[in-house]
Amino acid sequence: MAALTPISRKPMSVVLPAVAIAGGFLGMFVGAGQGSVLLGILIGAALMAGLAWVYMNVLDNESVARWITILGLGGLGLLFAGVTGLIVGLLAGWFFAFFIFWLYEGRYRQKLLPYMTGQQVFWHYTFRVICGAIFVFLITPILVVLPLSFNAQDFFTFTPEMLRLDPEGYSLKHYRDFFTNNEWQRSFKNSLIIAPIATFISVSLGTLAAIGLSQSHVPGRRAIMGILISPMIVPLIISATGMFFFYSDIGRFLEGTLGMDKNFVGYVKVILAHAVLGIPFVIITVTATLVGFDQSLTRAAANMGAGPVRTFFKIQMPLILPGVISGGLFAFITSFDEVVVVLFVGSASQKTLPWQMFTGLREQISPTILAVATILVVISIALLTTVELLRRRSERLRGLSPA
Amino acid sequence: MTDATQSGPMLAADGTPLKKSLARSLRRRKLRALALIAPLLLFVLLSFVIPIMSMLFRSVENSIVADTLPLTVVELRNWDADSGELPDEALYAAFTKDMITAIDEKTHTRLGSRLNYEQTGMSSMFRRSGRQIKKLDPETDGPFKDKLIEIHDGWGDVETWRTIKTHAVPITNGYFLNAIDMRRTPEGAQAQPEDKQILIKLFGRTLMMSLIITASCILLAYPVSYLLATLPMRVSNLLMILVLLPFWTSLLVRTSAWKVMLQQQGVINETLVWLGLVADDARLVIINNQFGTIIAMTHILLPFMILPMYSVMQTIPDSYTRAAKSMGATNWTTFWRIYFPQSIPGIGAGSILVFILAIGYYITPEIVGGTKGVFISNRIAYHISSSLNWGLAAALGTILLAVVLLLYWCYDKIVGIDNVKLG
Repeated sequence: MAALTPISRKPMSVVLPAVAIAGGFLGMFVGAGQGSVLLGILIGAALMAGLAWVYMNVLDNESVARWITILGLGGLGLLFAGVTGLIVGLLAGWFFAFFIFWLYEGRYRQKLLPYMTGQQVFWHYTFRVICGAIFVFLITPILVVLPLSFNAQDFFTFTPEMLRLDPEGYSLKHYRDFFTNNEWQRSFKNSLIIAPIATFISVSLGTLAAIGLSQSHVPGRRAIMGILISPMIVPLIISATGMFFFYSDIGRFLEGTLGMDKNFVGYVKVILAHAVLGIPFVIITVTATLVGFDQSLTRAAANMGAGPVRTFFKIQMPLILPGVISGGLFAFITSFDEVVVVLFVGSASQKTLPWQMFTGLREQISPTILAVATILVVISIALLTTVELLRRRSERLRGLSPA
Repeated sequence: MTDATQSGPMLAADGTPLKKSLARSLRRRKLRALALIAPLLLFVLLSFVIPIMSMLFRSVENSIVADTLPLTVVELRNWDADSGELPDEALYAAFTKDMITAIDEKTHTRLGSRLNYEQTGMSSMFRRSGRQIKKLDPETDGPFKDKLIEIHDGWGDVETWRTIKTHAVPITNGYFLNAIDMRRTPEGAQAQPEDKQILIKLFGRTLMMSLIITASCILLAYPVSYLLATLPMRVSNLLMILVLLPFWTSLLVRTSAWKVMLQQQGVINETLVWLGLVADDARLVIINNQFGTIIAMTHILLPFMILPMYSVMQTIPDSYTRAAKSMGATNWTTFWRIYFPQSIPGIGAGSILVFILAIGYYITPEIVGGTKGVFISNRIAYHISSSLNWGLAAALGTILLAVVLLLYWCYDKIVGIDNVKLG
């Protein structure tokens, strides 16, 4: 954005206190590391305010000032806390170099409307800081798990070696444990069996039903929609309770009367239960895609002699494919991430990955869980990217490019 | 061929009246749509709706007493429970006969544990007496009254028979009464003894904590959604990743992350101790209590609040607030009188969604809630897997389901279920 407001230099009385407060905040952390928080705050505030004063009155050259700050703070960090300190120091230096001149030159007003009062400008940035804090709250738990999964110790906290970025403090042993431990491997395999089959069932049935639902004259559409969406509405614990009673009866019937294999029946029960849970997601995404589908295309195909099946696979399917795939991904993640129902319906030989994690968290807590968590985060990032790309593609196809 | 001058109904190409032909084609289209829906509908009905129905039925079903002790139940009808006297010999004989059959089929212990929910001690009484009653011969060994009382004092207690008589009905409201801290007695519904009254409190706590979680979600989601809705699309799409990533991350990953953060030796406590804000021997207890549940669930449900709020705020035109400001409104007036009222639908949609999700949560309270931060769903799971009081679990589930459906009905009225959006 071009500059909205002409900017002017700000007086010392504005810049110095602000820089001093920020410096004190940084000093608090450094001071805590060295043993005295209060001293840290005072030194930090004085140092930063002093630097700002020198830059503004003596040096007056921004790029030189920037390098002095970055390298100076980096050096201090290296002196106090090794490699970690160096990194923190460099980052802090970069921030302060930016912050001092941002305030001094009045750049903070550059992109704001010219008639805003000082109070409004202050509130504008306070609001952004608050939002930033909320974003930090959202993302921190996930970010904390990632490095901890490389912990060389069996702890759930950062060891001093890890904080020093010492390679000794890091290892892949929890990952090794995950890939060699039979129990984890079996549960992982179970998840990989159950989730795709359940997804396949919910996607194939769900897509057909969504096509039926999107046609113009469906008697009782609201009631049908209500029933099909209900697995998403009913709390999982209630679905699980209901399925627990029902599927144990079914299981007894299949094993006792039809003489099926116990293990096989267990898988069938869990897969059916998960397929039902995934259906609402498929229905919602596919009907949403079909809203933008031009029905005259199917009529044109029929006009040219294509049968309903051929029309479906050649005309309709390619166009609604993004919706079907993202619905399928939702169904997959629902099954892959599901604990409550499998806990109630399945037996020990159907133990899935989330179930294993759940028992791990409740009973014998082991850091392997964090390694699994990291793998799952990576999987969800991959899925998120896919869904986002598909959504964009589908919007482009329908001519709804994002504004 | 239709002649233009010909009177009568308009005909289609094959000679049938056009009206009829159109009706037939409409009927065919309806049938085809239904045929497409039918497999899924059947599937959902069979594997989801019927299980839920069977749960509803199980919350009132109580045929176990009448099935296990058929003769006794008939005899009990003639006995006046309020007389304060023990039943006569005929009933004891019938009971012995029933018990011998039940012991053969090994159902007497199940009946014992069923009755144990109502009167403690019943389970062991049935189990212990079972071994000795087995040795009796129903034809020759009578009279049974004194023998049974000799085997176990309980059979000489009027209360035992009163309990059996009260719970002999095939359809009972007993489980529902239990679910609201009352019990079925011969004198009608009565409150449970003080020390057993936990479920109403648990329902209250579930509602209270769900409300607190919803409120904190509103507080945190509002600024973020506002920021996302007002920033340029390119920036807000990038920031949206920070919202969507937790949304897509496995629930267990987030719960375990919170367990790692909140522990006594966890990341938060370590940092606070390091900063000197908290003494090493006075670490904060922020896990295994209500605080742990609230903070973890607020984090987990926050995206469900942000997404609907964001989509509503996106539709509020910027020109309204500018117009208000140009007419002299202060910032606060502009926000409170112009922007906020227009964003209320988003708050409503998000709140109901978060509240519904929170009220039925199981995993997170189980892991970070300890004993004080658990919800009613944890109690249901406890009754299913540990205490095996399935009737009570079904009754609790039915009440929870009723609350959730009521809320969803409101959600449908306010937002419309069709407007649910994902991702």
